[in-house]
Amino acid sequence: MDLENQKRVKDFAEQYGPENVVVLLGAAEGEASGLAAETVTAGDPTYAGPLTGVSLGLTVYHVCEPEVKEEFDAAVYDEQVSMMEMVLDVDDIINEMKSIREQFCKYL
Amino acid sequence: MKAVIKGAGYILVHVPDMVLRNGTTQTTERIVNPDSEYLKELPKHLRSFEEVCSYWPNQVYIGNKTPDDLAALEADKVRGWADLKCDVTDRYGKFGQIMPQQQFLLLMQACDVFDLLKLDAGFVDKYKAEFAENPLITEDITARIPETQTEIAEIERLVKEEHSEGLYMNDVLVGCIKRAHDIDVNLSAHVMHENIVSKASSVLSILAAVKSTGIDKNEVEYIIDCCEEACGDMNQRGGGNFAKAAAEIAGLDNASGSDTRGFCAGPAHAIVEAAALVASGTYKTVMVTAGGCTAKLGMNAKNHVEKDLPALEDCLGGFAVVLTADNGIDPVINLNMVGRHTVGTGAAPQNVIGSLVAAPLEKNGLKITDIDKYSPEMQNPDITKPAGAGDVPLANYKMIAALAVKNGELQRADLATFPAKHGLVGWAPTQGHIPSGVPYIGFAKDDILAGKIKNAMIIGKGSLFLGRMTNLFDGVSFVIEANDGNNQAEGGVSEAEVKGLIAKAMKDFAAALMEQAE
Repeated sequence: MDLENQKRVKDFAEQYGPENVVVLLGAAEGEASGLAAETVTAGDPTYAGPLTGVSLGLTVYHVCEPEVKEEFDAAVYDEQVSMMEMVLDVDDIINEMKSIREQFCKYL
Repeated sequence: MKAVIKGAGYILVHVPDMVLRNGTTQTTERIVNPDSEYLKELPKHLRSFEEVCSYWPNQVYIGNKTPDDLAALEADKVRGWADLKCDVTDRYGKFGQIMPQQQFLLLMQACDVFDLLKLDAGFVDKYKAEFAENPLITEDITARIPETQTEIAEIERLVKEEHSEGLYMNDVLVGCIKRAHDIDVNLSAHVMHENIVSKASSVLSILAAVKSTGIDKNEVEYIIDCCEEACGDMNQRGGGNFAKAAAEIAGLDNASGSDTRGFCAGPAHAIVEAAALVASGTYKTVMVTAGGCTAKLGMNAKNHVEKDLPALEDCLGGFAVVLTADNGIDPVINLNMVGRHTVGTGAAPQNVIGSLVAAPLEKNGLKITDIDKYSPEMQNPDITKPAGAGDVPLANYKMIAALAVKNGELQRADLATFPAKHGLVGWAPTQGHIPSGVPYIGFAKDDILAGKIKNAMIIGKGSLFLGRMTNLFDGVSFVIEANDGNNQAEGGVSEAEVKGLIAKAMKDFAAALMEQAE
């Protein structure tokens, strides 16, 4: 995850309390989603950014996961996300995200 | 009047020492984690010049192989094309060349007009002859290399005591770039290095385009640079003008010019502007050029090292495209079919692809499937896949296909075959603006002239949010299509036709006078 984004996530977690923050991802692949999810839960796996060694344990979802999809107005989702749903390997993303959440999320 | 694609030049510069010393992944690692295993491992993953020349995507980039040749290869699922040796290993191609580092350091010195770049006298003696023999290097450029060079002891002192940026060959110091100001960070040795590299690789691109198109240098009236660097000083940090600076060295004496910026979308913006300048009749011949970027060298090398791959981002990329007034033959840029990502478009991929692909086609009564080939972000997947960024061109084709399905222009069952039919495999180095649609322009011209395809859409996209000025995304697209031969600049209204029109007007006038008299 971009170092500046890591900093912003860290700042938001401090400002609002980690239990009140949900990180919503839009990455195009399972692996990239998993890396970003790991960064905001267990810490930066690349040891490069401000979240290195910082386990925020934030709640994190990908926008294509069913839990998130059902929160949306169906028309907005159709307009903004449905094309990408057709393109992405959604099952792979869901598996990656679930695995990271089960291991590292502290506020589920 | 219409603007046509006269042709393009494409160059690569193999700079392994700059990967180690100037790529931001490495410079960042050196600050954050100076003793890291990665920094120790990376040098073992650098390729030789011969390996770079025998790498398939590089041979496609300079035009010795085609995108179709590349697509026909059986790539390894993990290592891609990395272990396949191309049967053509020539450093020179029909679009340009792959320049080795030692020649490029000399070209950089030829491009430095402020006596900032110092080279070791022994290094220059060793390589000056081979530099002069490079077919793109003119005598004027060779003459810019100073007769008297610098002793290595002085170069060492400049690096140690004067904040100069070292220039290395096989990890040995052979030169340096001095800072251009004691205080101004915009003229620091680091920035000057980045900018001279960009300028020099742009010069090489211009020379490659002049050669591949066969134009006279004096025909070029305007040049637009669309790289992603900024040159200026503390009072005007992005003042410019890379375009004119490079044109001077390349010998385009009749050209003026300016810079256009838009992150990776810069080239597509610049080509639309250039086409409009030609179509309006403002200039007859306009060139668009961009040099390479040192910061992005080895950008994904951590992943490459981790997966025991070569550090594939070891080349600077450059390109130049020549646009001229309609000659009735070369493919045309259709300015009625320009895709625009506007401020109000939004950042959702659906909106982005809609604005860049579907909207301009719809306006012209065309469907997504009416475009034979799309050239969006043409990053080489060998580089991006191991880094977790996937196959970028393929992702784009899937999105375009999905939009076609949504719009009822493509059957869902045809989603899987769309990329091979309307797409290309990526072969461009991940130099930001370099892969952004433009690498196909040279081939598109050839494929259209050969009747292989009738049209192609070039799509540039840019991540404006990286500059922290806006969260907006950006993009622009345009269509290149076969010339119908009906609207030549010279032949549109010929001298004889003008005389005929005047004669007719005179006759009508005379007849009207006679009528009045009667």
